[in-house]
Amino acid sequence: MSEVIVITSGKGGVGKTTTTANIGTGLALQGKKVVLIDTDIGLRNLDVVMGLENRIVYDLVDVIEGNCRLKQALIKDKRFEGLHLVPAAQTRDKSAVNPEGMISLCEELRKEFDYILVDCPAGIEQGFKNAIAGADRAIVVTTPEVSAVRDADRIIGLLEANDLRDQRLLINRVRPDMVKRGDMMSIDDIIDILAIDLIGVVPDDEKIIISTNKGEPAVTDNKSLAGEAYRGIARRIMGEDVPILNLQEEDGLMFKIKRFFGIKVN
Amino acid sequence: MLLDLSKLFGRSKNSKDLAKERLKLVLIHDRANVSPQFLEMVKGEIIKVISNYMDVDEDSLDIQMTRTRSEEGDRIVPALVANIPIKSVKNSGK
Repeated sequence: MSEVIVITSGKGGVGKTTTTANIGTGLALQGKKVVLIDTDIGLRNLDVVMGLENRIVYDLVDVIEGNCRLKQALIKDKRFEGLHLVPAAQTRDKSAVNPEGMISLCEELRKEFDYILVDCPAGIEQGFKNAIAGADRAIVVTTPEVSAVRDADRIIGLLEANDLRDQRLLINRVRPDMVKRGDMMSIDDIIDILAIDLIGVVPDDEKIIISTNKGEPAVTDNKSLAGEAYRGIARRIMGEDVPILNLQEEDGLMFKIKRFFGIKVN
Repeated sequence: MLLDLSKLFGRSKNSKDLAKERLKLVLIHDRANVSPQFLEMVKGEIIKVISNYMDVDEDSLDIQMTRTRSEEGDRIVPALVANIPIKSVKNSGK
């Protein structure tokens, strides 16, 4: 049984692409056959986040327009068994794809893969409509900021209007220290407002930037807290019952050690 | 120190509370965007029906589109929430 999951947010810059890369890699590490589709045509980025930018020959638009066979556009990630990428076209725009094309592409990919992750562009126009067309489930990414939560609310409404009711929330870039002193909305605050089930919480972690610099998803980094969060999310997507990462652990031993040595606790 | 003092006297508010408050307000408008005319029509009809049985405070009547957990609690469904203050119940309704 295969599933098509769209990763969306409405607002740009909240971490959709990073989330897609990490969840996809996380699922592949669990032995699943995974394909990531970048639907952000004209602004492709999933390829660089994955470190696969030098391997692109054909792209999503080539597949949809029939310029190549699907197999030719699938970039196999040699580092992780079972992981593939369909890159976006860079020199075209969103109108080069339509929802019907996406639906048939997803159907085709279902035959081969366990999970098809669709990285949605920001906004609610054509690109969004294309990305959600073939999806069974949605992961709505937000950050604990007023603007991101507002846009997430709008996206939740639009997904519902399109009969995509299996939606889960991913709260990204949480800073436990700010939550603790009351300067950032907590997980409960956000769930209370959006009234949607949680798939996971990812802390603000500088390792994410470091891993993006290298083109290696943080989920592979055993020392990264964000990586740990993504590993849990991947397993939750597979239906496993994994507890949500407790970010307040910062209060524990590590926090005290860091403070003892005068390391700034972010 | 200054901050702590003002907290002690209950004057300052956490910025996250402010964020929540502002979000809730803005979302009421966003969600009601079904179209204001649509909501006005619903409101008018509801008042018409209820007025047969009781006097309601039409000015403070509040009607919104929101979301809530379904009865079984397994999914989120859209909900129409109406807050209708009653002035008095008519005799014919008793």
